[in-house]
Amino acid sequence: MTRSLSSASVVPPPAAAPALIEAHGLGVRRDGRWLVRNVSVSVRPGEIVTLIGPNGSGKSTTVKALLGVLSADEGRVGRRAGLKVGYVPQKLAVDWTLPLTVERMMRLVVNHPRAAIEESLAATGVSHLLGAEMRNLSGGEFQRVLLARAIAGRPDLLVLDEPVQGVDFNGEVALYELIGRIRRQTGCGILLVSHDLHIVMAETDTVICLNGHVCCQGSPRLVAESDEYARLFGPRARGALAVYAHHHDHAHLPDGRVVSVDIDGRVHDHLHDAACGCDGEGSAPSDHPDHHNNHHHHHHGHAQSRPPREAGGGAA
Amino acid sequence: MFAEFFLRALVAGLGVALVSGPLGCFVIWRRMAYFGETMAHASLLGVSLGLLLDLPLPPTVFATAVLVALALLGLERLGGLSTDALLGILAHASLALGLVAAALVPNLRVDLMSFLFGDILAVTWFDVAVVFGGGLSALAVLALFWRQLLASTVSPEIASAEGLKPGIARLILVVLVAAIVAVSIKIVGVLLITAMLVIPAATARRIAPSPEAMAVASSVCGMAAVVAGLFASLNFDLPPGPAIVAAALLVFLASLAVPRRLIMGNR
Repeated sequence: MTRSLSSASVVPPPAAAPALIEAHGLGVRRDGRWLVRNVSVSVRPGEIVTLIGPNGSGKSTTVKALLGVLSADEGRVGRRAGLKVGYVPQKLAVDWTLPLTVERMMRLVVNHPRAAIEESLAATGVSHLLGAEMRNLSGGEFQRVLLARAIAGRPDLLVLDEPVQGVDFNGEVALYELIGRIRRQTGCGILLVSHDLHIVMAETDTVICLNGHVCCQGSPRLVAESDEYARLFGPRARGALAVYAHHHDHAHLPDGRVVSVDIDGRVHDHLHDAACGCDGEGSAPSDHPDHHNNHHHHHHGHAQSRPPREAGGGAA
Repeated sequence: MFAEFFLRALVAGLGVALVSGPLGCFVIWRRMAYFGETMAHASLLGVSLGLLLDLPLPPTVFATAVLVALALLGLERLGGLSTDALLGILAHASLALGLVAAALVPNLRVDLMSFLFGDILAVTWFDVAVVFGGGLSALAVLALFWRQLLASTVSPEIASAEGLKPGIARLILVVLVAAIVAVSIKIVGVLLITAMLVIPAATARRIAPSPEAMAVASSVCGMAAVVAGLFASLNFDLPPGPAIVAAALLVFLASLAVPRRLIMGNR
């Protein structure tokens, strides 16, 4: 069932450069069950790799094992010596007993200079929140601060686990634009976990479709056309991707907002069907809650009846 | 000015409050209050073992507390039971074994009650030296690893992904809590030591705009409670350990009256 599609037909960014981080045959086992198995991923400088997959398909687990947050039970993980990582985890709750301003949060791991902090917050559009308490932020503000924190140190590798959760649609487009811009400006590699297929596709070089293992991988279009993808997400998702690819080919707009305006009501709805069908993974306050009702439809015809669940954070 | 015993008590109490301030912040941030309780009970077991085997008390108490803490980490790794349940087992098993061991000591010379509620007025200069030796070492470790400890508390995942070691941070905090409990058992006693960790830190939360400010404010609140409690004990003939904790409670209640607009860090 695992078939790797070649990504040779698209322009792979500096493919010659050695990988920043890579895993071969990665497997994570908890309580006698494989959460993910036989996953191979690599991210090179300047490359955006996007992990997609249904709820509980092991996307976050894969990312955590790759970063060494979880220990892998199988396979090999390698990272370039001295690799600087910026990480936005999928879940983060700041205990209310901990007084933590945005400014202090920015200096959590490294004591960045004030200018770098202000610059990053400006880039994610939350400069005005510098003195605010983390626990008073809305979901979208919180994510923007986390992203600002992750980029403040100019990392070699940016790992973003559902970075736009809780961000409204326009903000989502703007944040994805920003992520693309960061890649172009700094040449860092980016590993993205996404529940939001259609927008991610714009900047992504390689899509990896996970469902406990790698179902298929390659350029967004190759993945969209593959049978595995259709089997995993249903034929409707394939249509959504095709719509997107169309836009991508013709528009190449640097400004994502224009694209989102461009997409009329019908297509817009359609895209969101697909996005929600791929993943309903607790993606906090969604701005389109009604679409989550469609969730189940897309899993029909799937070979594996019980996909493994993601590790809840069992390791202390 | 004061009798020397009172001066010794004051100095020892201030030493405990100084260290339990910042450490207590981590205890409440990481929800380790029950862990502190367990360390206190393990300390009682340590006292009994020290008396039974005729070993010097401070190192024996510290070693016992650390062993119980490591047992907890090991049992957690084994899985199957929640940390809460494991703490329940270890805390009360330590207490029971401590009392059993104490009963086996021939000609018990010390009053075990003094370890339950502390006997701060009976501390010797040696005890004071132990408090400051252990306490200042603990403060130095906290200062040295502050960023590491705080980052691991806010998000072990970010800390780990970005090159820190949250596992080590956790071990450091566990050992420090064991140390502070072991050195202060004679001051406020097994039953009240967790209060000295939790109450001043909770008080500081009301007024502190940052984690660092909260650590300092927590020390100050604890030290104020020690001074107030000891003087109350002297003037009204109250048991000093409970008087200190009661004073800490009063400071906490007073902090609740601080108007919300004066609490910094709130938008």
